[in-house]
Amino acid sequence: MEKILVDVLTKNGLLTGFAVIGLTMLVSYWLSSRFTRGKLHGSAIAIMLGLALAYVSGLFTGGQKGVADIPLLTGVGLLGGAMIRDFAITATAFGVNFQEIRKAGLSGVVSLLVGVVLSFVIGAAVAAAFGYTDAVSMATIGAGAVTYIVGPVTGAAIGASSDVIALSIAAGLVKAILVMVASPFFAPRIGLDNPRTAMVFGGMMGTTSGVCGALAAIDPKLVPYGAMTSTFYTGLGCLLGPSVLFLATQALVG
Amino acid sequence: MTIYGTALLAACVLIGLFIGDVLGTAIGVKANVGGVGFSMILLIFASEYLRKRDLLPTPTKEGVHFWSAIYIPVVVAMAAQQNVVAAVKGGPAAILAGALATAVCYALIPVIARIGTKAPIADAKVQAE
Repeated sequence: MEKILVDVLTKNGLLTGFAVIGLTMLVSYWLSSRFTRGKLHGSAIAIMLGLALAYVSGLFTGGQKGVADIPLLTGVGLLGGAMIRDFAITATAFGVNFQEIRKAGLSGVVSLLVGVVLSFVIGAAVAAAFGYTDAVSMATIGAGAVTYIVGPVTGAAIGASSDVIALSIAAGLVKAILVMVASPFFAPRIGLDNPRTAMVFGGMMGTTSGVCGALAAIDPKLVPYGAMTSTFYTGLGCLLGPSVLFLATQALVG
Repeated sequence: MTIYGTALLAACVLIGLFIGDVLGTAIGVKANVGGVGFSMILLIFASEYLRKRDLLPTPTKEGVHFWSAIYIPVVVAMAAQQNVVAAVKGGPAAILAGALATAVCYALIPVIARIGTKAPIADAKVQAE
């Protein structure tokens, strides 16, 4: 009996994923209305719950893909994987007002450049403060502070050691998680309630998962605007990281 | 038919990701450059074009709306497969690098958002009055 049940659940992984995530949403929205009277949005709780489950699963399985490393829950990996994620993010653009995007165009482009360069500089400075004073390590950790994809791409291109690359991925993950969890709390303070600011938010923070998770909790209508700019961020980081930014670091450190 | 909407969405994503990959290869970057961004722009223009010609009946729209409504659960599923253990294990250097970069960029958002708006002129007018 039990074996048959487990077989059905693993064989139909994507469906198990829908059921498990649906249950997570149900619990989160219940917690939100019962204990915070809706103040802490249900989707924010769901994301935190997801991250907590990923942490616990990581401890038990020793894997790198959170709950997706549990054989029974590989379907969650499929549901939250790149294919469905890109599909669903694009779908949010369906109700977008193109005029808004045109109006915020300039600040969107500026935010992309400032976001990538500033994150890199801060990451590299922190690396130096912790004793990673060679240009390769500084640039790799700096690139990790851009996003967890730019870090390893840069590190591999300029020949960083694997522990430095691991550190750069960790820096990027910390950023993604922090953006997801913390930004909704501070959204009113920076005026993050309109398409223009959402686009700048996407360009400054860049981590697509963090940005879209945060905007989903703030106001789902803003998701497409933030997603639009953040999707260019990692590409720009991969372009600048191993080239201009690395060379500048090298020139500075010697 | 509902599938028309889903098919339109799928076509936009595939074309967008293709453009992103071609662009990435062209500039020698090991990443997809703006693929989803292009997909979104394609979808906006395609739906605008169809709407004007009355070729976007409700069932077709529903084929897209379902996926846009399923978006938040997809993000939750995505959160559930992050390598949180590695982020925590990275130690103080990684945590500080990530957190500081996040905090500083976040604080600068209102400044950048003002670029290209006519806010300063509007302020001056208020003062003049």
